[in-house]
Amino acid sequence: MKTDLNQIDQKYQYGFKDKIKPVYTTGAGLNENVVRKISAEKHEPQWMLAIRLRAFHIYQRMPMPNFGPDLSHLNLNKIHYFQRDSDHVSRSWDDVPDTIKNTFQKIGVPQAERKYLAGAEAQYESEAVYTNLKSDLKKMGIIFMDTDSALKKHPDLVKQYFGKLVGAATNKFTALNTAVWSGGTFIYVPKGVHATVPLQSFFRINAGNTGQFERTLIIVDEGASINYVEGCTAPTYSEDSLHAAVVEVFVKKDAFCRYTTIQNWSHNVYSLETKRAVADAHARMEWIDGNLGSKITMKYPSVDLNGPYASGSMLSIAFAKHGVYQDTGAIMRHHAPYTSSNVISKSICKDGGVCNYRGKEKIEPNSKHSKSHVECDTIIMDDQSTTDTIPANIVRNGDSTMEHEARVSKISENDLYYLMSRGLSEKQATKMIIMGFIEPFSKQLPMEYAVELNKLIDLQM
Amino acid sequence: MSLVINNLHVKIKENNREVLKGVNLNIPDGEIHAIMGPNGTGKSTLVQTLMGSNKYQITDGEIIFNGTKLNNLAVDERARLGLFLGMQYPTEITGVKNSDFIKAAMEATHPNHHLTVLQFLQRFEHCMNFLDIDHHYADRYLNEGFSGGEKKRNEILQMMMLKPRLAMLDEIDSGLDIDALKVVSNGINHMRAKDFSALIITHYDRILHYVTPDVVHVMMDGRVVTSGGPDLASKLEKEGYAKLRDQLGLKIKLVDDE
Repeated sequence: MKTDLNQIDQKYQYGFKDKIKPVYTTGAGLNENVVRKISAEKHEPQWMLAIRLRAFHIYQRMPMPNFGPDLSHLNLNKIHYFQRDSDHVSRSWDDVPDTIKNTFQKIGVPQAERKYLAGAEAQYESEAVYTNLKSDLKKMGIIFMDTDSALKKHPDLVKQYFGKLVGAATNKFTALNTAVWSGGTFIYVPKGVHATVPLQSFFRINAGNTGQFERTLIIVDEGASINYVEGCTAPTYSEDSLHAAVVEVFVKKDAFCRYTTIQNWSHNVYSLETKRAVADAHARMEWIDGNLGSKITMKYPSVDLNGPYASGSMLSIAFAKHGVYQDTGAIMRHHAPYTSSNVISKSICKDGGVCNYRGKEKIEPNSKHSKSHVECDTIIMDDQSTTDTIPANIVRNGDSTMEHEARVSKISENDLYYLMSRGLSEKQATKMIIMGFIEPFSKQLPMEYAVELNKLIDLQM
Repeated sequence: MSLVINNLHVKIKENNREVLKGVNLNIPDGEIHAIMGPNGTGKSTLVQTLMGSNKYQITDGEIIFNGTKLNNLAVDERARLGLFLGMQYPTEITGVKNSDFIKAAMEATHPNHHLTVLQFLQRFEHCMNFLDIDHHYADRYLNEGFSGGEKKRNEILQMMMLKPRLAMLDEIDSGLDIDALKVVSNGINHMRAKDFSALIITHYDRILHYVTPDVVHVMMDGRVVTSGGPDLASKLEKEGYAKLRDQLGLKIKLVDDE
């Protein structure tokens, strides 16, 4: 492990901003007309406009969340709800504008990008500008594109699944997303097909005050499997920006889905996401979720275990520095017998940061012989930082087991002493202990992401 | 070049108890010294203080290592000067691979001596073979789930990889069976060189049958009370600490005295 001191001393490395003029924007603020304009600009079918409008009205009357961090400084009237950078989705890397390529270079994407060039899809601004479906994925019948394109090319599939798991009325921000969504990833894996390489996508917010409302829809049909990876980094701005994504994942009978996210929002971003998956009989859904930045993150990915022997897991890390409030967790709903869920949440707070675990595990009366295990581990690096574990564990039958473990610790003096007695500086030793603490998480990441995570933790120390 | 300790007084920060009451010691380069002594006499405190543990406070005296005064240097600075402490109770650090840790430590202690990954692995493998350590220990987390003997071997492995100028080994022989004791002793003997010195802390003369010390010191009640050749160790083993105390005419209560 090597620590580059220059890098640590740099200011937020990813805090830069590209000079890109949006080709089209609806301007700041939201009203019914903006919603109509978004839909018209995208030439959407009437039914999608109807969904949007209905959601907009729900959004208007829904209250802000009544729990967790303070959102009163989020000015929803200043957000740009839609803008477009390039007027078409690029098919090849050559067509991607140079400024955007530069951005990806700066955040170190190229290694991963080159490697997965053919299969990667990168979202820039509110839309995908680069989509290139690797030919063997295509041969396997896997559909992998941005959700806007999917709406045009596979309207029936989108219509069948869109909003069926995360209804507009789930919360205020799902209503907002449903009304103004743009971009996001659409994946359909046909029955029995195993995607051999991870499908990757990079998201990033650019242009101050741009809301990012991507809508991701993944359907893994019976007996199929997929490993989807997305990473986000964002530039720093003086004004607040909002990331309110909705992700719906359908894992059919005997299917498998792993959804990996690393987010490193700049410290003015509100990341208010709703992610929900459903696992049918014998299916398995895994969320792997890393939250390293943002101003406020509220995110509680969930799995509905709907069929017997379905299983769900969540493996997450959260890192909160000064001015960062991470309110994250997982929700596991057991609706069938012999279902199991496992949650491992690791968080680190430093310099006054706040990390909360907020989770819910619910085993219904009909879910006999089910198992649920939750483990929350937190390292508090100083006296200014705070952490809370807020679990809700509900078991409604007598044949199931539920375990909840929570641990809060400081970095051990003995551990530091031992590492330093071998010549490591206090900073290096601390970093090594932290990297060890999150190792169960990082070892699940593809190589490039693990390397990137290492760099990001370095910057945070 | 050497380690020189002059009139070292040290107290435990937590309870202000003075543990070292004027230690004088001189370890020239190339020599292996042993410190023996009854329980609770300050042997571990001495090496912990030399390493820079923040549990102890120097109230008087000085420690000079190769011309540099150590008193106010941080633990990692001392390590980079070439000090190494094989700990009595090595800590377990989860998630950190043994090999990654040792490589990072080598880079930290020898910044000008860059090893390629291949060179590192070759040397690592060589040392593991020498100490009869199963190769999968390279990928195990640092000391996690290691038995007492495995931890001690791992300390010696680190010593061999880091090549310190002065290795302090705190009860490296405790909890070792006879085979492991031989392996560990081989490791120490292997290090013998003109620019290497060692300080072995032990209760028994057992390890000294395999590693012949140049000098044996006896500590009692926070001081070095006598020094001698290797035969001092066997004499102690036969006669016990109480007898030596009485011969020296010391009025000291030994911890294990009833």
